[in-house]
Amino acid sequence: MIQVIAFYLFAFMVIASGAFTILARNPVHSVLWLILAFFNAAGLMVLCGAEFIAMLLVIVYVGAVAVLFLFVVMMLDIDFAELRAGFMKNAPLGFVLAIVLLMELLLGVGAYKAGALKLGTASGAAATPAGVSNIEAIGALLYTRYLFLFEAAGVILLVAMIGAIVLTHRQRTGVRGQDIAKQIARKPSEATRNVKPGVGEGVQL
Amino acid sequence: MIGIEHYIVVSSILFVLGVLGIFLNRKNVIVILMAIELILLAVNINLVAFSSFLHDLTGQIFAMFVLTVAAGEAAVGLAILVIYFRRRGTIAVDDVNRMKG
Repeated sequence: MIQVIAFYLFAFMVIASGAFTILARNPVHSVLWLILAFFNAAGLMVLCGAEFIAMLLVIVYVGAVAVLFLFVVMMLDIDFAELRAGFMKNAPLGFVLAIVLLMELLLGVGAYKAGALKLGTASGAAATPAGVSNIEAIGALLYTRYLFLFEAAGVILLVAMIGAIVLTHRQRTGVRGQDIAKQIARKPSEATRNVKPGVGEGVQL
Repeated sequence: MIGIEHYIVVSSILFVLGVLGIFLNRKNVIVILMAIELILLAVNINLVAFSSFLHDLTGQIFAMFVLTVAAGEAAVGLAILVIYFRRRGTIAVDDVNRMKG
C-alpha cells in the first residue's frame, strides 16, 4: 500500500515539476523545478529497486548538470521577457502535437494492457544474482561485459570536457599574464646593464 | 499493484512535456536544453522500469550511458551558448545565421 502511495506521489510530482519547468516565466525557476523533477524521478527509480541509478541521478543531474544550468542562467544577463515573445504564437500547434504524440504513446500502453502486445523475456544473462545488492551486480556487469562501452563513456566525457574548455577559453589582450617561455629564455646580459651615472644626473631607464 | 504500464505512462507524459517545452520556448535555448534533459529523464525512467520488471540489469547500465551522454551534451551545449552570448549579447536563436554562406 505504501508503495502505491509513494508511486503516485512521485509520479504526480515529477509530472507537475516537468510542466512547471517548461512553463515557468523565469529560467531560474525552471532550473529549480527541473531539480525537483530529477529528485522525484530518483524516487521512482528507488521504488523499482534501482538504487544505484537513482543515486547517480541525484549526484550527476542535480549535483552537476542542474548546477551548471543555474550557473549559466545567472551568469548571462538576458532579457527573458523578450525571449517569451513567441510563447503564445507557438502554443496551439505545440499543444496539438503534444496531445497527438501522447495519444499515440498511450495507445501502445493500451494495446499492451489489452493483451495485443507481449513483453519479451530476458535471457537471464544479466539478471541480478541471488543475495547480491543492486550496485554490486551492476559493477560486476559493467566491468566485464560492458567494459568497452564503459571506457567509451569515459572517452565521451573527456571529449566533452576538452570541448567545453576549448570553446569557452579566451585569450584576453591587454592583461599582463605570465609567459613562462619568455622568463626561461631571459639571459642576464639582456636583463641587466652596468651604468656609471654622473653625479647629479641620475640614470636613464 | 504498480505495474510496468504505470511507469510507461509517467515516462510518456514526461517525454511529451519535453517535446512541448521545445515547441513553447522556441527562442530560449536554455529552456530548450532543459526540455531535452526532461526527454532524456523520461527515457531513463523507461529503461530502469523495464530493467526492473524484466529482471535484467542491462537497462540500468544503458541508463547510465544515457546519463553520461546527457552530461556531456549539457556541458558542450552550455559552452556554445556562453560563446554565442559573448559575441551577440543575446541568446535568441531565431536569428542564428552567421554561418550562412
